[in-house]
Amino acid sequence: MASTATVAAPRAAAAPHAETGLWSWITTVDHKRIGVMYGVTAFLYFLVGGIEAGLVRVQLFVPNNDFLSAESYNQLFSMHALTMIFLALMPLTAAFFNFLVPLQIGARDVAFPRLNALSFWVYFFGGLFLNVSWFLKAAPNSGWFAYAPLTIKTFSPGLNMDFYVLGLQVVGFSSIIASLNFIITIINMRAPGMRLMRMPIFTWLTLITSVLMVTALAVFTIAVTELMFDRLFGTNFFNTVSAGADPLLWQHLFWMFGHPEVYILILPIMGMVSEVLPTFSRKPLFGYNVMVFSGILIGWLGWGVWSHHMFATGMGPIADSFFALSTMLIAIPTGIKIFNWLGTMWGGNLRFTTAMLFSIAFIAMFTVGGISGVMHSAAPADLQQTDTYFVVAHIHYVFFGGTVLGLWSGLYYWYPKVFGRMLDEKMGKVHFWLTLIGMNMTFFPMHFLGMYGMPRRTFTYADNLGFTALNQLETVGMVVIVLATLIFAINLFTAWKRGEVAGNNPWGAATLEWSIPSPPPVYNFREIPVVHSRMPLWEGDPALSGGIPHGKVDETTERITLGGTKVGEVRDVTDENKMSAHDLGIHLPPPSYWPIVLAAGISVFFGSMIFRQVTGPAHNLWYLSFAGLVTIVFAVYAFAFEPGHSH
Amino acid sequence: MDHAHAMAGHAADPAHIDTSTGLDSRKMAFWTFIGSECLLFGSLIATYMAYKGSSLTGPYPHDTLVNGKLEHGILNIPLTSFSTFILLMSSVMMVLALNAVQKGDKSGSVLWLLMTALFGSVFLGCQVFEFTHFYHEGLTLQTNLFGSTFFVLTGFHGAHVTVGVIYLLTLAYLAHKGKVGPEKTLNVEIAGLYWHFVDVIWIVIFPLVYLIK
Amino acid sequence: MSSTTREIVHDQHTHPTRRFYLFIGAGLLLLTVLEILGYVGETKGVYASGTAAILILILSGIKFFMVVAYFMHLKFDNKLFTGIFAFPALLGTLVIVGCIMLFHVVHGVATEYHANTPADAQHVSGGPRGG
Repeated sequence: MASTATVAAPRAAAAPHAETGLWSWITTVDHKRIGVMYGVTAFLYFLVGGIEAGLVRVQLFVPNNDFLSAESYNQLFSMHALTMIFLALMPLTAAFFNFLVPLQIGARDVAFPRLNALSFWVYFFGGLFLNVSWFLKAAPNSGWFAYAPLTIKTFSPGLNMDFYVLGLQVVGFSSIIASLNFIITIINMRAPGMRLMRMPIFTWLTLITSVLMVTALAVFTIAVTELMFDRLFGTNFFNTVSAGADPLLWQHLFWMFGHPEVYILILPIMGMVSEVLPTFSRKPLFGYNVMVFSGILIGWLGWGVWSHHMFATGMGPIADSFFALSTMLIAIPTGIKIFNWLGTMWGGNLRFTTAMLFSIAFIAMFTVGGISGVMHSAAPADLQQTDTYFVVAHIHYVFFGGTVLGLWSGLYYWYPKVFGRMLDEKMGKVHFWLTLIGMNMTFFPMHFLGMYGMPRRTFTYADNLGFTALNQLETVGMVVIVLATLIFAINLFTAWKRGEVAGNNPWGAATLEWSIPSPPPVYNFREIPVVHSRMPLWEGDPALSGGIPHGKVDETTERITLGGTKVGEVRDVTDENKMSAHDLGIHLPPPSYWPIVLAAGISVFFGSMIFRQVTGPAHNLWYLSFAGLVTIVFAVYAFAFEPGHSH
Repeated sequence: MDHAHAMAGHAADPAHIDTSTGLDSRKMAFWTFIGSECLLFGSLIATYMAYKGSSLTGPYPHDTLVNGKLEHGILNIPLTSFSTFILLMSSVMMVLALNAVQKGDKSGSVLWLLMTALFGSVFLGCQVFEFTHFYHEGLTLQTNLFGSTFFVLTGFHGAHVTVGVIYLLTLAYLAHKGKVGPEKTLNVEIAGLYWHFVDVIWIVIFPLVYLIK
Repeated sequence: MSSTTREIVHDQHTHPTRRFYLFIGAGLLLLTVLEILGYVGETKGVYASGTAAILILILSGIKFFMVVAYFMHLKFDNKLFTGIFAFPALLGTLVIVGCIMLFHVVHGVATEYHANTPADAQHVSGGPRGG
């Protein structure tokens, strides 16, 4: 080790292993590359999910439409939800976790780089597996909630729900190991001085989200396993027909996961918005501590409200009252957050970049979704709204108006850090306004349709019900969203090669990830920074640092230096970029192909159970299950004993 | 260079030193994994408890009156009490193994690791016997709610024990090769955490399934 | 790397001796014997079903804490590990308790027909379950 302690003369690309090419991406354990892979895959799935929604809206354009059959309509709206939730939005947040968390806490990588690669590949194969169902004309068709007993073999004899139970086990497993990794990374990989209460708020909310994922997805895994046993091995967990099973068991287990899932999808977004707003208001986040604690409170309360999805099932007055009250309670920490964001902007020096516009729109649209959410929390009102388009309006204001707008805000904000180039602001503004107008055209009329009594999940409607005009408006709104997304996709793609070159810190932001070059070198930080405050890059600026808790402006402050240079300045970083980790004596874990092998083994093992169904019991492909199992065992050992990895 | 890396990796175990809390990342990850497992088993136990006493047909777990006729319970309490003792004993063996590894006692480490695995296997043998016996008595996964919830819950636990036995045998083999010295205490400690957790789950399952009617 | 804010907590806990482990093991066995006695007592009609259930649950709770605290070293280890375990363990318990409540105690019409199933209401020694 001594020989590497002194920096050797820079050698051009003295790479010990391949750094470009397909193989390098397949074997990479670098959190930044994994983040990019997550982002690209998830964005493609976002487009797929969008196409599914688009077809649904085309079907609803005129009454009594026969553009889609009832069966394909069911498959489309179910897969739209599954794709958006499990394959697009969660992985998009995972992309941000991957790329940003180590940078924000001043670490060189996540705690378990190979496990990180494993979670990506498991997600990748799981997503493919779920979508293979289209080619067998057997995509899941019972909604994302898959209410048993409707989904047991008796009532859903096709392969559709087999794809659901097997595919989601794989995808769920991916999320559990990914979040396990982030919990340890955030607790244990922080740079010196990065106390918990100095962490960027995005990192904090990632931690809370990860805790929710590790716990809630475990419940989901069991629910889905039980359904899988019912479907494949004839158990009776949800067999209400002959075994006396309780029809509510699935719903309870599902929503025990399903409701925290809503917070899994919104908490990271709240974190992103809480990073964007201070930067473009030139003010520290208003009420950082309160933001953290309200996040923890949301995560905790999120566990105690699941049955508000079940008011119409006859749980009884005591359970209904309990869950109505707990649901109303959760509006308090959420409301606190909204006022904190407004407080952040209040009196600030606002710059209306595209990222900022999306964040502001997020606050407004998410509030609309939150208010209709509070309406649902009253059980008697909910009985009227259940299964109408009012609920569809609510969840789209939360997921599109909340999660998607926040994600786009985050993408405009961090894209320069990821690719070293800025997204085009003009196209961005067009994208923003079209998205905002399109989403309100699409989702706002749903409130009215719901109140008129239009049922959700029904493939068509009669022409004398007065639903036609609003449905047509919604479909036009959908076209506007498609147009906006197209512009966004073009922007993302062209900026990658031709965008304006971004410096280290194009927005003048305050957190650590902006102190290093864009895109960051493979080792992230040449020297691990020492952190003295919550907003390290604003520390030296007297105008800004007054508002920083723990900030010290006086001369004696140990200002953070990175590679011998004061941070917060844009400087020429090409010389530093040319030096490999090897030259700098930084030990990085070597690439590994065992993650993808293990992920393939897991996918083959679960996938083989589908083929067992296709070919019938007499010709089941038991050897595929066996091959999958052998691969898993072999890969686990190879993974555990691979040289060069301490863990 | 590779040699130097390997040396550094063995000597100082960077995962232990470079952490914000001073605690080992692997151990913390393992505790988090155990946390997730708590919810996995929690949901299975919740399912069992939700359906406790709801089977429409026999065999029933405990003696039950059906239309005035006494149906004998199928659970074999003496056998399961025995296997519970065995699993508890295996946990004691596990801490003795850890103790031996900490002291650098090679033969002791191998012995106690093997003994833990052996006792785990005896537990599994009891479970296999129990399952086949039930099968002959007419209780299968498909028979009734009790059959489904019971086999999946205890089978899931049994699968964990099986993985644990393989894990322990691997460690015993490594210890035999002299690769589990005192510097590798943490590896054994983590295996122990897994093993004790499986035991803890049985401590919950045994009363809820077998002892409480 | 030198920083005052860094809380270095080295692995300083003293490892318990073999005798201590054996003592705990003996305690676990004893508690298990008591649990089984609780079951036998209930079968023989010495205590009511509910009393036996509470007794057995308390005993197994003690066993749970003994294994977690001493064999899994939470008693001697950093408190952070206790927190990492306690939160999900608490959630898991709440899931179980929640399901028992929802399916057996406060259930509404959807679950009510269960109480009328023949196998359900007439346990030999248990009597009707709560609900």
